Amino acid sequence: MAAMGTFAEAGADLEFIDISKRFPGFTAIENLNLTIPAGSFFALLGPSGCGKTTTLRLVAGLEEPSAGRILIGGTDVTQTKSFQRPVNTVFQSYALFPHMTVLENVAFGLRRRKIDDPLGKAHEALRLVELDHVAARRPAQLSGGQQQRVALARAIVNRPALLLLDEPLGALDLKLRRQMQLELKSIQTEIGLTFLHVTHDQEEAMTMADIVAVMNKGEIEQMGAPEQLYELPRTAFVANFLGQSNLFTGPVTGSTADAITVDISGRGIVVPRTRAQRHAGEVTIGVRPEKLLLHIEAPTADAGINVLGPGRVTDVSFSGVSTSYIVQIPGLGAVTVFAQNMVFGPVVNEGAEVWVSWTVDHGFGLEDEPAPGSRFPSDSSTNAIAVQRRADLETELEGA
Amino acid sequence: MAFAAFASTDAVVTKPARRASTVALVMLLPGILYMLLFFLTPLISLVITSFQAELPGGDIGDYVPGLQWQNYVDSASEYLPHILRAFGYALVATVFALVISYPIAYFIGVKARRWPLLQSLMLTLVIAPFFISFLLRTLAWKQILSDESPVVLALKAVAILPADGHLTGTPFAVIFGLTYNFIPFMTLPLYTTLERLDIRFLEAGNDLYASPATTFLKVTVPLSMPGIISGTLLTFIPAAGDYINASRDFLGSSKTAMLGNAIEANFLTLQNYPVAAALSIILMAVILILVGVYVRRSGTEDLL
Repeated sequence: MAAMGTFAEAGADLEFIDISKRFPGFTAIENLNLTIPAGSFFALLGPSGCGKTTTLRLVAGLEEPSAGRILIGGTDVTQTKSFQRPVNTVFQSYALFPHMTVLENVAFGLRRRKIDDPLGKAHEALRLVELDHVAARRPAQLSGGQQQRVALARAIVNRPALLLLDEPLGALDLKLRRQMQLELKSIQTEIGLTFLHVTHDQEEAMTMADIVAVMNKGEIEQMGAPEQLYELPRTAFVANFLGQSNLFTGPVTGSTADAITVDISGRGIVVPRTRAQRHAGEVTIGVRPEKLLLHIEAPTADAGINVLGPGRVTDVSFSGVSTSYIVQIPGLGAVTVFAQNMVFGPVVNEGAEVWVSWTVDHGFGLEDEPAPGSRFPSDSSTNAIAVQRRADLETELEGA
Repeated sequence: MAFAAFASTDAVVTKPARRASTVALVMLLPGILYMLLFFLTPLISLVITSFQAELPGGDIGDYVPGLQWQNYVDSASEYLPHILRAFGYALVATVFALVISYPIAYFIGVKARRWPLLQSLMLTLVIAPFFISFLLRTLAWKQILSDESPVVLALKAVAILPADGHLTGTPFAVIFGLTYNFIPFMTLPLYTTLERLDIRFLEAGNDLYASPATTFLKVTVPLSMPGIISGTLLTFIPAAGDYINASRDFLGSSKTAMLGNAIEANFLTLQNYPVAAALSIILMAVILILVGVYVRRSGTEDLL
């Protein structure tokens, strides 16, 4: 596959056909079908343990699928050995060879493929990541961010048809992370390769990727452009993993040509028909916290506005750009509101009685079967998953 | 020196440090005394002995203090074959031990990682020979390789060994014995570095178009260099000074005698103490030089 002495002309598309991967005791990926178009920046987003890293390792050839086929640029590579695939990986741990200089690390792949002038091309790649001045150093002498960029240079210098990124920004601090996100994106645009980026950071996925696929428990829950995913999440998992959502469950009580009305603890909430996945029976609807407005007096009824309340503010937390309010509404539970910190608009304290409202056009209806209870428990938020994972890990460690 | 400038102002700070160094000194004292008594004193005595001159008209074994540089010249020229055999056999045995131990260590340290029980079992098997005395094991090999043994008879039957051939008393038997006896010293250091080898580097090698063989040569071997260095040193140094395997009573003959055998004979049989001491010092010096060059050349400081 990796033709000696030549570079890939352009990015290749990647296709999974009925891929399953089972490890002894659990199934990491079940029947995955996915096509990643050539030249795109594709993000695979999901919590730890959702199978996203396994997916990446399957593409790199570091794991073998239990069933199914993988096609890169239309060629079946399922049986191809890792070192023969036109794919390079930026590892989460960077995996820079500690016994080689930065330059030799970058030239490693070029030398193996007997490409002319490996050192010149390695210098060029290092210039791209602005690290040519440390070419003679060892990886251990570099900072985390620099190592990350060397790992990136070491992968892109080979011009792979497909570049795999395994949470490469995980170890960086926020500022460096933002900077690297922009750099990665510009490098991808510049060289036109296909990037497959695995991450659990929803913000990272949304800022960088053309297409985001949200993965959960070995399956892809939803796939699409970041704006589309954020605006119209189809499942409760996506609604809560990609940003936050306020979700409510109730029966559909009325329906017109372009909207449905859902009874949420006695109040009729209107959701546009095109934005709702289910149009009858018990449905779950949601709205993003930043789309909510706080009122200190009951807002006047309006056909274009949904109102919930009154409720009591139980928590106010200031985060610079915005303030997050948690409002307890009797019979509904907690509703989160993000309010921009502008000079106008009500500023309320804990204990205040408030109403929340949002424009009908901002609501969305989910595809999921509503869970028992009036509201989805927030066990699929990133935080809850992290806590759960830690608990699992602790029990596992105790068991070992 | 630089601290002197701060001495007056930092008096309070330096006090605990000085106390700590006193404590350290007290704790080191037994070690220092031990080294003085059992290493430095014999070493000096050895150096003095190596320069001793024969007592004119004295008995065998009577020597007077002197400054006989000639001892070194004489012993080096007389025992040159022994010196060459010592380092030659030790080198060959070290290479064999490395070739045999590396796959064993790799299997225990890398492949068997998922089964800790298998790992400990195999490590125990590597160390198991130590439960039996070094002498007994070598004697056992003498039996196995002796002229009437099934091994030799079988080799003669298939004409690998000529009808009048022997195994004991040949360089082969001596190198075989050295290799066998020092394999654990090679395997254990190799195991400790390979056990810590990060598999992700190998994956990265594979990902960067290196075949498994290339990955092994370009990544695994350089990363296990500390183990290779310490293993080869732990094998080469004692093997070069060994006098059991090459001894006539074990696997060797007078034609395979190594430097160790010459030292032993001079000290215990010929009572030619100055020559024995001079040979000991030659052995020590050559090992020091070889090891120094070797460690410097292999550039392990990058990996530490």
